Amino acid sequence: MTVTSAPPVAADPAAPGPPLVAPGRRRRPGPADVVLLVIAAFFAIPLAWVVLASFDGEASLAVAWPSAPTLDNYAAVLNTDTTFRPMWNSVVLCGGATLVTVVCAVLAAYPLSRYRSRASRPFLLTIVFATGLPITAIMIPVYALFVQVNLVDSMPAAILFLATSALPHAIFLTKGFMDAVPVEIEEAAWTDGATTMRTLWSVVLPLMRPGVAVVTIFTLVQTWGNFFVPFMLLLTPDKLPAAVSLFTFSSQYGQVAYGQLAAFSILYSAPVVVLYLLLGRRLGSGFTATGGLKA
Amino acid sequence: MTTTAPPPARTPPAPPVRSPLRRTLLRGGPLVPGVVLLVLFLAGPVLYSVYLAFTNRALRGEGSDTTSFVGLSNFTDALSSADFWNSIGLTLVFTVVSAIIGQNLLGMALALLMRNASRPVSAVTGAIVVGAWILPEVVVGYLWYTFLAGDGSLNALFGLVGLPDQELLTALPILAVSFANIWRGTAFTMLVYTAALAEIPTEVEEAARIDGAGPVQRFLQVTLPLIRRAIATNLMLITLQTLSVFGLIYVMTAGGPGTSSQTLPLFMYEQAFSYGQLGYGTAVALLLLLLGGAASLAYLRLLAKEDS
Repeated sequence: MTVTSAPPVAADPAAPGPPLVAPGRRRRPGPADVVLLVIAAFFAIPLAWVVLASFDGEASLAVAWPSAPTLDNYAAVLNTDTTFRPMWNSVVLCGGATLVTVVCAVLAAYPLSRYRSRASRPFLLTIVFATGLPITAIMIPVYALFVQVNLVDSMPAAILFLATSALPHAIFLTKGFMDAVPVEIEEAAWTDGATTMRTLWSVVLPLMRPGVAVVTIFTLVQTWGNFFVPFMLLLTPDKLPAAVSLFTFSSQYGQVAYGQLAAFSILYSAPVVVLYLLLGRRLGSGFTATGGLKA
Repeated sequence: MTTTAPPPARTPPAPPVRSPLRRTLLRGGPLVPGVVLLVLFLAGPVLYSVYLAFTNRALRGEGSDTTSFVGLSNFTDALSSADFWNSIGLTLVFTVVSAIIGQNLLGMALALLMRNASRPVSAVTGAIVVGAWILPEVVVGYLWYTFLAGDGSLNALFGLVGLPDQELLTALPILAVSFANIWRGTAFTMLVYTAALAEIPTEVEEAARIDGAGPVQRFLQVTLPLIRRAIATNLMLITLQTLSVFGLIYVMTAGGPGTSSQTLPLFMYEQAFSYGQLGYGTAVALLLLLLGGAASLAYLRLLAKEDS
């Protein structure tokens, strides 16, 4: 994988980064700008609704400028039952799953990246194969299995399952980032008598911190938005994360509270938006990989 | 994308001399936590679903007390059920319209346009498109429900320009959810293609320009062949992602009205939970898994080819 040699060249919509076009190629707005702005406007309408409706005391289904902008919708949802507990559950569920995934991925990537063995290639191919499996399709057997061993509605079990569902992709990405770390530096550590774990922790990891950040944020965003897994595996209302409580929101509050629905949607989406802003220009490095990865 | 030079041959770090078995165990040690998780929570359920699909396990009614083998009857039931074929057809429409046509072509168009647009415009467009992509799927479901609803934003806009009201959510719900999925998924394709296009050396296109090739010709004969692997990989990945979409459709239409937007994941869910037929639902899930497995295998072959 060649994510590494050059700085990642990719779309950088969030933060200032390397220019997408060669500087000086086109100064004045051309037809491309016009077409792009039309597409952008179309994409923006549904987003505009959620932002405007959240500040509108009388929000309806159609996008409209709030006649009297208010924070009432936020005030109405900012309480333990509606926002704080589901958000905290999301933090526990998705944070826990991400932690497990990243730790396991870094550990697993090390031997895969560093040692040539007859088993490593088939193993890696199996991982790539698993990356493609539709997790949706195994939710029913997982539910049936969890019923058998009494793990339905268990937060730790949901965390481990969510972590596993993200693991193949995480191992795949991490291995690629690790391949980029020159092995020579480790050889020095080896000669000094450092153990495998010591080398991984104090030599390899510091050198691939940006890569680990990409994997962590990708995993966190993916699990934060996941609806089906907690929807199936968690039952008690007190344990439900924001993804599921948002779904039950409209039935709890009746169909009319669109402003509050919008406000809660914004609160729930805010963490992932912030994370992507943090990722900024590194976002693309995960995609250079997708285009033509070496298994 | 592959660059010119082959990856440097990795010499294993010189380890202290140990017996081969001990060395293998030590080296493989870090793999253990990941492998345990994958075996327990991924391989386990896949194998279990193979067993479950041949039983009459149910949440209630017949099959809830005692589970017995029913052979292939879950599969024959599915293959002879009109609802099953309805959901297969809808899954096909959903995948072709939203992934293969919608996300793929729109993503490619965006990636190409951004190369030629001014920087602020492409930055703003990129931010909005990626913004649509990072939102959780339940939020996207609500956004598109309100956008397409009878008194939603789209009809408000249509009213402004004198177009008749649309009722996409009830008239053609599969198209409604497909549009939502295009909106949500296009950024992925755009990012993949942007990365692929960025790796084409500028000299190659410059040379074609000097030789007098027009923009269309340059795209078809120079650019497209150079990024064909990225295209194939991307098509595979978005197909797989689209096959497993559940939450988006569940929030927008719940598969309805009737079964007119019930793709395979929703059909499977309804059979297993609304009707309590776990065995039957698993059989359908297994077919979905096989479908995904086949696409995944194709993706794998593609990557393996890249490697050799």
